Amino acid sequence: MSERDGKFVLPIGPQHPSLKEPCSFKITLDGEVVEKAVVEIGYNHRGLEKACESRTFVQDLYIIERVCGICSHAHTSAFCRCVEEMCGLLVPRRAEYIRGIVGELERLHSHLLWLGVAAHEIGFDTLFMYTWRDRERVLDMLAAIGGNRINYGVNTFGGVRRDLEPELIAEIGRVMDALEEKLKYYFELALVEPALIGRLSGIGILRPEDVRRFSAVGPVARAAGIMDDTRIIEPYGVFREIAVNGVTDDHCDVYGRTIVRVKEMLESVRLIRVMLRELPDGPISVKAPRRVPAGEILIRVEAPRGEDIHYVRSTGGDMPDRVRVRAPTEANWHGMSYMLEGFHLADVPIIIAAIDPCYSCTDRAVRLTDAGGSSLHAWEELRRLGIERYQSLGIDPSGIRLREFPRG
Amino acid sequence: MGLVDKAIAWGGRNSPWIIHFNAGACNGCDIEVVDALTPRFDLERLGILQQGSPRHADVLVVTGAVTLQTRERLKEIYDQMSTPKFVVAVGTCACSGGIFDGCYCVTGGVDAVIPVDAYIPGCAVRPEAIIHAVDALLKAKLPKAAGRLKKDKKAKPDRKEDAAHDGAGNDQ
Repeated sequence: MSERDGKFVLPIGPQHPSLKEPCSFKITLDGEVVEKAVVEIGYNHRGLEKACESRTFVQDLYIIERVCGICSHAHTSAFCRCVEEMCGLLVPRRAEYIRGIVGELERLHSHLLWLGVAAHEIGFDTLFMYTWRDRERVLDMLAAIGGNRINYGVNTFGGVRRDLEPELIAEIGRVMDALEEKLKYYFELALVEPALIGRLSGIGILRPEDVRRFSAVGPVARAAGIMDDTRIIEPYGVFREIAVNGVTDDHCDVYGRTIVRVKEMLESVRLIRVMLRELPDGPISVKAPRRVPAGEILIRVEAPRGEDIHYVRSTGGDMPDRVRVRAPTEANWHGMSYMLEGFHLADVPIIIAAIDPCYSCTDRAVRLTDAGGSSLHAWEELRRLGIERYQSLGIDPSGIRLREFPRG
Repeated sequence: MGLVDKAIAWGGRNSPWIIHFNAGACNGCDIEVVDALTPRFDLERLGILQQGSPRHADVLVVTGAVTLQTRERLKEIYDQMSTPKFVVAVGTCACSGGIFDGCYCVTGGVDAVIPVDAYIPGCAVRPEAIIHAVDALLKAKLPKAAGRLKKDKKAKPDRKEDAAHDGAGNDQ
């Protein structure tokens, strides 16, 4: 703790009891109140994108799976879809359903993990133990499908590698029944437990206009009433056939994010039931070529923490020319200082935890080659630039109707 | 071996406190370490407790390939721990760098930075493996005789045996 102009500067991290991963915060305190917060990330930067560029596409799949151990399926789903779109592969329907089931199981385990960690941060360790006990059932199912509790390796180019046997489908159904009961209990708990409401309400506020300003995604945006669920605004895979009931809340604070996540878990249970019931027969994968045609692509997938964006550029070889991973936490960091400022030091851990930060997802390097100047593009200008670019490639995009996104 | 050393060995054997440090892992091993502390596996029944401060901990549990930015911090945390201290490398990345070995920002395994006492391979490691490794490590490093506070009245104290255990208990 160091003193500067009568204010305390409190360094938190990179190793800290309330942080499971290395990250550093410099928090300037005026008494008990946070006056300024500076986030220092980058401790987890491993040079993953560069590693992808020096390996073949098939090898990259294993690296992409290890971008993050919690949302590994979301990352491989995005990367696989990039390659499939570039190769023009048609993924079998059964494979899309299995991807969807594993994705929703992953959302369940991630949100249960978050609920436990959040409860731990506010000193409610009983709930932490309860949720992590229930999470084990989900992990058992993921292990039964993929053979591993974490990094299950279900996805491959052109489909999935593991099929669902009838006994396993019945077992998942039973686990969902048991889990739904628990989730309803947590939902009621979140609505009536005064300690939980008192501790979570009114802190870490991010209003809809701030969500737009900081480009926040996922449950952080949805807790401010902005529906940005990629499964709804840009359906992909199985979600083209099965509609998702979006969850939003208007509390704009940590409590709202809790409500959104608990409701999303109930929605995931419903989706898994529907997908298991309507699981089509057929093959689970098609053969993918080793070389990927030249081109570039950007794919969005809804990870448990929000919108996960992957960009892949290929020059026609068996190695990518450029891989870019923009994980949801990277988008949510921008608003972090704003969320912390003005609140008490005791609320700092739960406000940080409320965006469900994942540092290993986040730590990518960006080199500013044109540093010094910055420019802002308005929406119309961006659109004009996009049209010009596609026209230079020989594609006429003027006939494409733009989807109208619901604006705050 | 003095009474203080025996008391420390006894405490370390029966209630080792662990500190967890993520040196650049993908989160997979970290959540499995936390998983081992929660009801299904419940490391606490073996007296193992997670601690926030390196000064209170006996066992440093490191996950992930060591990145350039965490390297100094890892050394610092290791130096802050009091002896006897042990290091467990959890996961393939911590053992050798794993899939990230050779990346421009990765030093390699944990043993490139600090001495490691136990390696647990796996991606991600299962909680059972973590429990087994911590248990085996403490049995090997802090033998039971060294951790006995009261001398067994029936068996006569053997000076030679004591001397042998002295070495075993204090090799850090």
